[in-house]
Amino acid sequence: MKIGTPKEIFDGENRVALTPDSALQLQKLGFDCLIESGAGKAAGYSDKIYKEAGVKVVKTAAALWKEADVVTKVRQPSTAELKRLSAGQTLISFFNPAVNEQGLDLAKSKKANVIAMEMVPRISRAQKMDALSSMANIAGYRAVIEASNNFGRFFTGQVTAAGKVPPAKVLIIGAGVAGLAAIGTATSLGAITYAFDVRPEVAEQVESMGAEFVYLDFEEQQQDGAKTGGYASVSSPEFREAQLAKFRELAPEVDIVITTALIPNREAPELWTADMVKSMKPGSVIVDLAAEKGGNCKLTVLDEKIVTDNGVTIVGYSDFPSRMAAQASNLYSTNIRHMISDLTPEKDGKINHNMEDDVIRGATVAFEGEITYPPPPPKVNAIAAKTQEKPKELSPEELRAKEQEDFNAQTRQQVILLAVGGALTLGVGLVAPASFMQHFIVFVLAVFVGFQVIWNVSHALHTPLMAVTNAISSIIILGALMQIGSGSLLVILLAALSVFMAGINIFGGFLVTRRMLAMFQKS
Amino acid sequence: MELGFTTAAYVVAAVLFILSLGGLSGQESAKRAVWYGIFGMALAVFATLIGPGSGLWALSVLLIAAGGVIGYFLAARVEMTQMPELVAGMHALVGLAAVFVGFNADLEIKNVASAVNSEAVKELTGFAALVAKKSVVEINILRVELFLGVFIGAITFTGSIIAYGKLSGRVTSAAVKLPGGHFLNASAAIISVLCLIWYLQTGGILPLLLMTILAFFIGFHLIMGIGGADMPVVVSMLNSYSGWAAAAIGFSLGNDLLIVVGALVGSSGAILSYIMCKAMNRSFISVILGGFGGASGPAMEVEGEQIAIDADGVASALADADSVIIIPGYGLAVAQAQQAVSELTKRLRDKGKNVRFAIHPVAGRLPGHMNVLLAEAKVPYDIVLEMDEINEDFPDTDVAIVIGSNDIVNPAAQEDPNSPIAGMPVLECWKSKQVFVSKRGQGTGYSGIENPLFFKENTRMFYGDAKDSLNKLLSMID
Repeated sequence: MKIGTPKEIFDGENRVALTPDSALQLQKLGFDCLIESGAGKAAGYSDKIYKEAGVKVVKTAAALWKEADVVTKVRQPSTAELKRLSAGQTLISFFNPAVNEQGLDLAKSKKANVIAMEMVPRISRAQKMDALSSMANIAGYRAVIEASNNFGRFFTGQVTAAGKVPPAKVLIIGAGVAGLAAIGTATSLGAITYAFDVRPEVAEQVESMGAEFVYLDFEEQQQDGAKTGGYASVSSPEFREAQLAKFRELAPEVDIVITTALIPNREAPELWTADMVKSMKPGSVIVDLAAEKGGNCKLTVLDEKIVTDNGVTIVGYSDFPSRMAAQASNLYSTNIRHMISDLTPEKDGKINHNMEDDVIRGATVAFEGEITYPPPPPKVNAIAAKTQEKPKELSPEELRAKEQEDFNAQTRQQVILLAVGGALTLGVGLVAPASFMQHFIVFVLAVFVGFQVIWNVSHALHTPLMAVTNAISSIIILGALMQIGSGSLLVILLAALSVFMAGINIFGGFLVTRRMLAMFQKS
Repeated sequence: MELGFTTAAYVVAAVLFILSLGGLSGQESAKRAVWYGIFGMALAVFATLIGPGSGLWALSVLLIAAGGVIGYFLAARVEMTQMPELVAGMHALVGLAAVFVGFNADLEIKNVASAVNSEAVKELTGFAALVAKKSVVEINILRVELFLGVFIGAITFTGSIIAYGKLSGRVTSAAVKLPGGHFLNASAAIISVLCLIWYLQTGGILPLLLMTILAFFIGFHLIMGIGGADMPVVVSMLNSYSGWAAAAIGFSLGNDLLIVVGALVGSSGAILSYIMCKAMNRSFISVILGGFGGASGPAMEVEGEQIAIDADGVASALADADSVIIIPGYGLAVAQAQQAVSELTKRLRDKGKNVRFAIHPVAGRLPGHMNVLLAEAKVPYDIVLEMDEINEDFPDTDVAIVIGSNDIVNPAAQEDPNSPIAGMPVLECWKSKQVFVSKRGQGTGYSGIENPLFFKENTRMFYGDAKDSLNKLLSMID
């Protein structure tokens, strides 16, 4: 079958859904690859490079849509593009099915199969196809770079001969993939980074990236991200108030604010209000990654950079991934490639659209003349439900009580053992003759000494311990030596054999122990 | 020489033996401790040779020397990875020696009895002379003792041979049981008890022989029924048995040094077995009876997939890491990869990275097996840490590398109460930022339990033979 990638027709879109690298991989799966002439140019891939990778370059989009069995794209396809779909053709692209009823109807009427990349379920198995995450990662990185570009100072603090430079303070709102990528970039540029998220369980991730998590003084059952597939959901008005109060307190301090707060299928929540913008220092920068959904800051203008009256720059671009087209194409085409490889389990170049598979089912929005959006809930939870409460920390009194109890239990156990052991010994003493009891005392004491001594043996030396005990257990040789002087030939023979075997054991055991111990050395 | 001198020599030897075991508490003092053991043994043998009751000392010395030569070559040639086999094999020798000595004691009793009848008591020497002085009750006790010695010795002998076979791969390491299972063992043990009564009544050689054969069978069948990963317990258990056999023989011969040393060895093996069982959170009985206890419910479903990674990826992750913990297992011994691991450690340490090893108590096939292998490859012992010492450090670790271990890093032990290994202490490597698992393929470990570690998001599978994988890795790190 043939996989074709047309040139993106959306204005300013530089990405491409097929790179020479991914084409090579797809060919290994048994597919032929097509590309529209010039499709990769904006991302830095010329037609020549594609040809070298074995990709057939098709002159026009019309010819490509006609020839390809599978069409891969980046942007949501336009009506004109959708009209080119044919029955049985598969389209893999961002599709925005939630608000794209017209597109879904068109796909249905054309009986084409559509896989929407934003619908890939968030389960670990599907991470390799999660294009939202890979694009968000780029957006987060680029947001910091844009901010730095518009910020007139260093990010890192320096003390130079020409004076002291304070480090920039960066606040990142929303610690999703984009937020975390932004945190990583900002901290590695040297900024002091704060981050906030409504899901307190991400605090650990935030801190692991080197930022400080901004906690609220708020007593409410906080959100459990597990219930919503790892995404944030709408919070209560009281929580929102506490959150805004905290931001108001931070606003005069921070130099750069990057907002990434999005709630799936909703308008972006307003988190950075006009009065906060007003209280910021001149020269500060706000990068609003939620611009496309209305913006976390209401002053944001989509796809534009504006400067407010008090000198704060607000960046409202929505095409950050496209601004890094080479990287974005690279990651996106890999996501697509993984999706296709899951669609061809036999690796025979034939698409097997298995609607039983959780991931494929979830991402498919139109299939064989039916609209299959929204998908049923996945069988698997996105992330494990929050673990149960940790066992309660014991108070010092309880701890002491517990220790005392343990100690008592130990004492009881020891006393019982001693009593039973003593009774048994006395019992034996009643019947056994004195000569036996003499040896018996020696035996019991030796066992006792053995137990006391062996507990102290270091764990690492257990193998040498075995070798040494093995060597000294050949003390049995003494018995054989005492018998070898017997008159009976059979006894002499057996004794001689025993002496011989014990001899092997003595030398073998001790030498091997020495060999082992000699190997242990300090660094 | 007088009995007094021999006894004095025995006292000194016993003290030396105790010191030699006690010295194993530290790597440095252990080197000295072995010499205590060697001197103790030399003193004991010497004192017995010149003491009362011995004879044919030239033959004895010759035999010891011959055995010594063989022992020397064995010890010098053995590979460190074969240490478990060697130890198991040598237990067999002690077991068989105990059987022979026990039989001899029985034969001597009969000789003495006939000598007493023919009033030739005065001509008797050595052990026989000792026996001649005994009353009827004492003779009976002596018989019980030697019977026990032979019984334990015989179990040790066949058990050790099977353990040797399993460890060296000559016998299948899977748990094999004859139809009838433990019923066979139990009935063999009961018949042995009947043999004891029969033996006490008649004093004939027949019940003794019959019991020996039964004990041989028990040893064989018992160890055949225990699987490969339980070998640390088995080997230490056999170690313990060989000690108890020596102690029982010591009773029958009236030799205190034998009793002391036998008891020392016996309790040492018992403690080791206990430690091993505790490390697996299983009772000694369930190990001996073989197999895992029944799970109380369906095991947790494992989500996700195993994601493979190549040497390149591992190398770059290691280049970025500051702290690395390596978790070796039996797979490391099988692949003979200890030198490669040591080289990797050296190179990473030269770059200023904090590299440490985490050793689970039951890693490998012998207690402390991994420590010995790493020591052989010249990994400094102060970076080789026990589970309890290092488990808390995983969250601060950048990279954990699991080489050839499986069950000891299985998070199911903590997360899934229905898992067969639930509650077993494990190395919490999944808490580190990234885990690499060097493993042959996708199969499960010895216990056949799926390992959720391999499916975790921060785990990458580095498939292939451990040694080849590490060598590939080494070529990328310089």
